[in-house]
Amino acid sequence: MPDPTLHLAVALDGLGWHPAAWRLSHADPAAPLFPRWWAALVGQAEQAALDLVTIEDSLDLQSSLPDGPDGRVDQVRGRLDALLVAARVAPLTRHIGLVPTTSVTHTEPFHVSTAVATLDHVSGGRAGWRPRVSARRSEAGHFGRRDLPPLDPTRLGEPQTARLVGDLFAEAADAVEVVRRLWDSWQDDAEIRDAPTGRFIDRDRLHHTDFTGRWFSVKGPSIVPRPPQGQPVVAVLVHSTVPYAFAARHADVVFVTPTDAAHAEAVVAEVRATEETVGRTGPPLRILADLEVLLDDTPDQARRRRTRLDEWHGAEFHSDAASFTGSPAQLVDLLAGWRRAGVQGFRLRPAVLPDDLTTITRAVVPALRDRGLFRAGYPGGTLRDLLGLPRPANRYAVAGPR
Amino acid sequence: MPKQIILAAHFPGVNNTSVWSDPASGSHIDFASFVHLARTAERGRFDFFFLAEGLRLREQRGRIHDLDVVGRPDTLTVLAALAAVTTHLGLAGTLNTTFREPYELARQLASLDHLCAGRAAWNVVTTSDAFTGENFRRGGYLDRSLRYERAAEFVRVARRLWESWPADAVVGDRDGGRYVRAADPGAFAHHGDQFDIAGHFTVPRSPQLHPVIIQAGDSPDGREFAASTADAIFSRHGTLDEGREFYRDVKARLARYGRTPDDLKIIPGVTFVLGDTDAEAQERAHHIRRQQVSPQTAILLLEQLWNRDLSGYDPHGPLPAEDPDVDADAISRGRAGMYPDPVGTARQWRALAQEKGLGIRDLIIEVTGRQSFIGTPQRVAERMNHFVQSDAADGFILVPHLTPGGLDEFVDRVVPLLQERGVFRTEYTTTTLRGHLGLRPARPATRAGVA
Repeated sequence: MPDPTLHLAVALDGLGWHPAAWRLSHADPAAPLFPRWWAALVGQAEQAALDLVTIEDSLDLQSSLPDGPDGRVDQVRGRLDALLVAARVAPLTRHIGLVPTTSVTHTEPFHVSTAVATLDHVSGGRAGWRPRVSARRSEAGHFGRRDLPPLDPTRLGEPQTARLVGDLFAEAADAVEVVRRLWDSWQDDAEIRDAPTGRFIDRDRLHHTDFTGRWFSVKGPSIVPRPPQGQPVVAVLVHSTVPYAFAARHADVVFVTPTDAAHAEAVVAEVRATEETVGRTGPPLRILADLEVLLDDTPDQARRRRTRLDEWHGAEFHSDAASFTGSPAQLVDLLAGWRRAGVQGFRLRPAVLPDDLTTITRAVVPALRDRGLFRAGYPGGTLRDLLGLPRPANRYAVAGPR
Repeated sequence: MPKQIILAAHFPGVNNTSVWSDPASGSHIDFASFVHLARTAERGRFDFFFLAEGLRLREQRGRIHDLDVVGRPDTLTVLAALAAVTTHLGLAGTLNTTFREPYELARQLASLDHLCAGRAAWNVVTTSDAFTGENFRRGGYLDRSLRYERAAEFVRVARRLWESWPADAVVGDRDGGRYVRAADPGAFAHHGDQFDIAGHFTVPRSPQLHPVIIQAGDSPDGREFAASTADAIFSRHGTLDEGREFYRDVKARLARYGRTPDDLKIIPGVTFVLGDTDAEAQERAHHIRRQQVSPQTAILLLEQLWNRDLSGYDPHGPLPAEDPDVDADAISRGRAGMYPDPVGTARQWRALAQEKGLGIRDLIIEVTGRQSFIGTPQRVAERMNHFVQSDAADGFILVPHLTPGGLDEFVDRVVPLLQERGVFRTEYTTTTLRGHLGLRPARPATRAGVA
């Protein structure tokens, strides 16, 4: 019988995922600019033994529009670099995985690779990374190196849009490939400190990555020795077929966005089929379903909170993931149902921070434990260990010296 | 009050100053080593901690250089993590402008400044090196003459981005439903020769507004760039006379940019060796020099001047009779060229070797990087203070030869003597790095939001 326990992640962004969250939260509205905010949230998640936290990021101001700023003054605007936030909380935590988001469209794969490898070193093997595509023209304008055509998410079926999306994901695939090669470019035993020969490293255990692609070439090797996990965990958020293939080829964990249990079953089937189609080697993807959650003691109270937030927002809030409004017991039922449908865990997006995170850690997690659906604590080890992912062999060591 | 000394701690780098063969030498990658050095510096009330950067592993004779410490973690990530285990210490990182874009680096530095509550500094460096470019999208290289043009414009753009959020942009008025005072904060536009960008910056104004800018080049262009732009110079002039000459030259350049001598701090990188007696310190220094220059390292350093494969030479034998090859491509890649006149320098080295009867290794030990301050703690404290009081420097970036304990002895034995003399703080009296260094608070050059 397969292990019934869930993987649980929490997605951190601003003062919560509902655009009006900051008006309901009791926290200082500017709290996300202060390290103690992040230390408190991640510390709380770690006390409940969650697998990991993700930290959102974008190379653009937050906006309700698909392509550029929206002029709204009633929502949180401004944020800090997610990878540096993760590094800032790493020494303050011991077990929980830290998964920042980084754009791969305008950034240098070399810098991203060394930064995530270093996060793995400073956290003792708890780093993950969520590569993200920057499709907005406004983001391109911040770099001034290329023009992107406008992307209309309602016209994904049109050839021009399909080509753009295909290109962006192909570039993202190249970026992840380079980042992964750089992580492997030092064998684990490259540092020898051999005094008699005067050699600090065995240079035959370092490897050029020699990547040449359509968007960039990277010679390597990395400047950072191989990270403790060998390969930090790569997690991607995907909603449709092109990105499923991207995930199946390049990721360890995939965040998906089903609308209900039946849809969850269909999405899992499609992800598994895509793994077959692309000839995935290595362990199967860990499939985590995203869910925006607003919790309160009773379903009525939760609904009232949701209504208040939506009123402030001026409309019912819909995101790319399903929304849940209800009591902890109801949420546990839903999670158990989706678990049976085949997802292996969840990335919960608290509607309001810290309130909904607090309810997750104090009410939802204990209830899941009571039903045998969640670990009692941390077994110890790296983030890969926590997710049941083996430490990968080094691709260059396997190939032998060249 | 006498002039106060600035002190910074340099994490040992990837060159032969760092001794890895010593039994006391620990990991240069484990975060614990960074924590140890940073906490030691903070215990000594240092101004800041300093990290160098490398973006391509060095190669010599077409192969990865393997005799020195190789590899290091990413600068920004380590500094952000160190912010969690220190409270006052400035956190300075070397970050190259040639293979980065201003929007991304400005947001990283502003984020770091938030995450350490106003202790961030950026050592601005450039490279004209196509070898390093092979690791980056931009690829290729930048013409030498454009390096400082790009660097100067890069810093101008970064400062504009840091100023793009007004100080009071986040209001968080719950009743009025207003999170930000005005729509789309962080608006900017810059149209220049190196960068043509516009849009919105994502990071609200950081505690220092402008993280401290450090500059490390020594060319006339570098000095001019520092005079116009930097808050501090990481210089290399280790002797009193050279130091005073450099100090006078650079400080004199400030007036034409409307700046005063106090606006730019001159902080040479220096090494030190302590002993209970001066003789013991000299003996230790000699031992360290031999650790730093192994027989293999001596040949490699000789090759860097000769620009020839000298692997067949006996490290204890005489220097090559032939002259350096000045026409061939550089044999050593990934580091700055150090010898403007290779043939002339080679002749000097040969003459010195003959005069003193030195083989290759002993000659290299003699002519490369001598320790800057050697002696008892009293003597080192006195000489350092003399340097600063006679305007050869405003302070020092100390480069220990051992990771991570190389600064312990200095903090335990020399810092108290400087404090006794009243030339170094006994407690932090300010919270930001600008404050520690005695720099004025940064002010926006432009009204926020107006390009």
